[in-house]
Amino acid sequence: MTTLSLMATRTWSRLPRRHVPVLATLVLLLVLYGVGVSQYRAFSNVQVVFNVFIDNGFLLVVAVGMTFVILTGGIDLSVGSVVAMTAMVSAFLLREGLPAALVLLTALLIGPTLGFLMGCVIHFFDIQPFIVTLAGMFLARGMCTFISGSSIPITDGFWTRMSQERIGDPSGNFVSISVLVAFVVVAVAAYTLAYTRLGRNVYAIGGNPQSALLMGLPVGRTRIAVYTISGLCAAIGGILLSFYTLSGAPLIAVGMELDVIAAVVIGGTVLTGGSGYVFGTVLGVLVLGVIQTLITFDGSLNSWWTKIVIGGLLFAFILLQRLIGIRYK
Amino acid sequence: MTGSHPVLTMTGISKSFPGVRALDNVAFRLFPGEVHALMGENGAGKSTLIKVLTGVYGTDEGTVTLGGEQVSFTGPMQATAAGVSTVYQEVNLCTNLSVAENIFIGREPRRLGAVRWSEMRRRARSLLARLDLDIDVNAQLGSYSLAVQQMVAIARAIDIEARVLVLDEPTSSLDAGEVAQLFRVMRQLRDDGIAILFVTHFLDQVYGIADRITVLRNGQLVGEYATSELPQLGLVEKMIGKELRVLERLDEHPRHDPADRAEGTPLLDARELGRRSAVAPFSLTIHEGEVVGLAGLLGSGRTEVARLLFGADRADHGSVRVHGSPTSLRTPVAAIARGIGFCSENRRAEGVIAELSVRENIILALQAARGWLRPVPRRRQDELVERYVRALSIRPADPDIPVGNLSGGNQQKVLLARWLITEPRLLILDEPTRGIDIGAKTEIQRLVAQLSDGGMAVLFVSAELEEVLRLSHRIAVMRDREMVTQLTNDESVDADRIMQSIAAGAGQEGMPS
Amino acid sequence: MSNRKAGYRALTTHRLFWPVAVLVVMLAANTVYRPGFLSVQMRDGHLYGSLIDILRLSAPLILVALGMTLVIATGGIDLSVGSLCAISGAIACLHISRQPDQNDLGGVLTALALGLGVALVLGAWNGVLVAVIGIQPIIATLILMVAGRGLAQLITEGQILTINSGPYKAIGVGHLLTLPLAIFLALAAATVVAVVTRRTALGLMIESVGGNARASRLAGIRSGRITFLVYVISAACAAVAGFMMTANVSSADGNAAGLWVELDAILAVVIGGTSLAGGRFSLSGTILGALLIQTLTTTVYAMNISPQTSLLFKAVVVIAVCLIQAPGFRARFARRRAPAAAPAPVSEQPKEQVPA
Repeated sequence: MTTLSLMATRTWSRLPRRHVPVLATLVLLLVLYGVGVSQYRAFSNVQVVFNVFIDNGFLLVVAVGMTFVILTGGIDLSVGSVVAMTAMVSAFLLREGLPAALVLLTALLIGPTLGFLMGCVIHFFDIQPFIVTLAGMFLARGMCTFISGSSIPITDGFWTRMSQERIGDPSGNFVSISVLVAFVVVAVAAYTLAYTRLGRNVYAIGGNPQSALLMGLPVGRTRIAVYTISGLCAAIGGILLSFYTLSGAPLIAVGMELDVIAAVVIGGTVLTGGSGYVFGTVLGVLVLGVIQTLITFDGSLNSWWTKIVIGGLLFAFILLQRLIGIRYK
Repeated sequence: MTGSHPVLTMTGISKSFPGVRALDNVAFRLFPGEVHALMGENGAGKSTLIKVLTGVYGTDEGTVTLGGEQVSFTGPMQATAAGVSTVYQEVNLCTNLSVAENIFIGREPRRLGAVRWSEMRRRARSLLARLDLDIDVNAQLGSYSLAVQQMVAIARAIDIEARVLVLDEPTSSLDAGEVAQLFRVMRQLRDDGIAILFVTHFLDQVYGIADRITVLRNGQLVGEYATSELPQLGLVEKMIGKELRVLERLDEHPRHDPADRAEGTPLLDARELGRRSAVAPFSLTIHEGEVVGLAGLLGSGRTEVARLLFGADRADHGSVRVHGSPTSLRTPVAAIARGIGFCSENRRAEGVIAELSVRENIILALQAARGWLRPVPRRRQDELVERYVRALSIRPADPDIPVGNLSGGNQQKVLLARWLITEPRLLILDEPTRGIDIGAKTEIQRLVAQLSDGGMAVLFVSAELEEVLRLSHRIAVMRDREMVTQLTNDESVDADRIMQSIAAGAGQEGMPS
Repeated sequence: MSNRKAGYRALTTHRLFWPVAVLVVMLAANTVYRPGFLSVQMRDGHLYGSLIDILRLSAPLILVALGMTLVIATGGIDLSVGSLCAISGAIACLHISRQPDQNDLGGVLTALALGLGVALVLGAWNGVLVAVIGIQPIIATLILMVAGRGLAQLITEGQILTINSGPYKAIGVGHLLTLPLAIFLALAAATVVAVVTRRTALGLMIESVGGNARASRLAGIRSGRITFLVYVISAACAAVAGFMMTANVSSADGNAAGLWVELDAILAVVIGGTSLAGGRFSLSGTILGALLIQTLTTTVYAMNISPQTSLLFKAVVVIAVCLIQAPGFRARFARRRAPAAAPAPVSEQPKEQVPA
């Protein structure tokens, strides 16, 4: 009897269920790329792939931060506004004539500070992350328009150099500095999640917060940390965005949090926490990027199809997670 | 085991909560290399004692000595660090992590801050080998059965150099084979010199593994016994308490001749009804106007039987007939449509809706049966609510205050009223008198007798034998998730007879040789 | 004296004390800043004034928040209402724009029916995801929140669809009995929702499911149906709000119509005293919450601060309201005050005896 039931459960364990969503995303990405290559000759150009990274580097960084939050079972609605605020503050301070290094440091501090404060409110007062980060979103967006009602251009030398620097191979294909920064962020995040106590605690809390507490893990500290990390990633994303657009605009990145959440979920991270990988998030962002590229190449399709397709994919992946038995609490 | 000093001594432990003295001058000893069963019914103080030991609660009085030194833990973490590890009934691990990680998280082997996965797996494998468990330490914990998860929890507990291992009802959801596997591990650990405090509701398991038994009742120590010297019947008597039997009978309610009741087509006829890992298949008939008592110790499957008959849990075995016609009680809605009502033992979580008013709570089931489009007219609501608030003397008699503000006994009466206004043919009451004051208790008992006189059938689940004996026409006895016998409640039946059944099953004399 | 004290306590602990207090303070501040704030004038047979404006502008938010109240009372949340506003508005405008005579009442009514119909179907989609498939509400409605924007733009083909229809425009800016029609519409919707929930047993069922889902199941409530229904009602409310928003500007913008209204609606519900955990709900509280948010926006606007910056104030209000309502915050606050309050005679309700 015992051996029987043990056997039955063990066959299940051979199926790497937690890997299924990521594999599905990988297959989807390859299929999308295959469709692109078969339909449009220019799609096979390596630069097309590089452009996906260049156009979505900042999104990738923000999505990595969101992955931490979602893995604990939380959510961070403030990221889009924090991205905009960081770009706005940078542009404003540069216009005021502050040195680039100081501006960079200041801009990079604001996001994590806000994240830290939101994490504290969530943990100490036990208020839903959804509401707290919603307030954070209002606050950051309000700060943007408080600084300036209109777009501020950036003319600083460091910023323009970062914006124009191309790192490429002899055949003319290139990536921007932002892509490299994004790769570094991805690598650090993947290492943190897999090899540090903080990372493992993130998974444990997402899996079962009560158990995590009873096992003696620092639940509160970890929870505050993930919102701080998300804030830091949003700040880095904001800097990258300001490299990309060379300006700070009060209404940029509106609704970006939705794209970010969609990318993380399509990348196989379960919205209730405890299961997912940074690598999946990279794939999720690439799927969004390739869809956008496909729609651009097509010409007859319009940009709103992106949202419809993202919504459809969200549905498909949530259903997939449900079908393969990943538990929703 | 003999001759050595106890690793753990608790003396003169007292602990009070507002209105309740949960522990009163309780003593407890635990020797290295023994399995010690802590026994007692609901409210006996077992869980309070364990929580005091593991530092979840502080004590009001008394001392705890561990390994010769007086200790006072302020939290589970501190207790764990001192060598007292606990494994709870609900496995408190993270099913989304790997087996190895569940054992080591928070204490992972690291080099320069990086988790050493291969070292962690190696150590997990050797630790599990010590428990004679051969599983893939890399697999997700959730892919294994509860028994394996339980064992992983034990592995985590003993890796922290545990001297005392507290197993709080680890077996409640395991099947026989899994229990055997767990016992093998427990014996192994005992032979290694670890002291094991074991809480279970299964008498067979106590006699299968425990060396000694400590019995608590109503927050007081009944005694400490060697298992070999305490027969099962003696244990049951000590748990339930003899003095209950000398309580005066409810003499104004003469027991009916059961023969009148058990004639004709039964109101409810369950055949071989069962649910895997909840209760073994049982057959039970209930006639109109009959009170069937369900007796048994805590965790014996009483509640499970009640839930199956109401459709609160779905049966995976057997069939049910209501008034002779086959039917399926798959959901509460289906059961209610066939005239069955159910008061859960878990009043707060499954009974009242605390923030709604007394009135709303009372009309809820009737309203649910009518559907939301046909509200019970306000005048009829007032009439019904007023009648039952008066009939059951619900206090305070204001129907518009939130039911959460009422005392436990009055909440129970509100639940009874909720079902009575639906005029059920069968009312299932699971522990309706637990945790309420003596006055309300008598009132509810009297009410059950009246209802039965009026023709309603009642399935009365209770841990108190005297109450069951007083009210029931027939008594079904549960033991270790099985219905072991059904007795017609005539002169030959008394508490002793039922205790014997509980202790040893049907037809046996309650004396293990 | 103790009587007065008790009365004061009862007042300040009343569910709607703080929202009302904030609203009064804001109105007072406005009056100080602009003495003409409270005055209402009659012009061309219509009433005009800041108060009337606040009422008119808050109508769409009230509508959306009414539906949201029911969803939140069941313990759920509906993020898709903003997108639904955009879709229903876009469908109505599209249908009208294709009419030969845009002022034809029949055509406008068909357009409204179409928009409402599609919204009901989408609400049913949400309801099925939550009640039948069992997906967390926040996740299930996120799908339509994202995809719905795309659908709205698909309907308008990415353009801002401008129409010129008298009857349709009236929904947003028309007048009835000297007052804006929108106020009556919001009032009518509130009455309908109140009647549907309080004159039938729907409200009781919703509060029961949100208050204690397990107990409700054992009492025989078919919670799936109730849950499904509230998402459909929420979608219907959003549709009417969508008509109002598009009628206000006589055009449908798939991108901007109803943007962030779901957040404002959730905020209004929370300010109105309905807990995000579900259970007891208060429709009047929600309406008060919506009015408070609109007054805040109008105030900020009137003080010549950029409308976007009103988000800053909104953030402060969200934090303040949530903190006041959060048990965690109250507990900390109470603990700090406890020693000072200790000498006062304690007349707490008798605690239930719970055997440990």
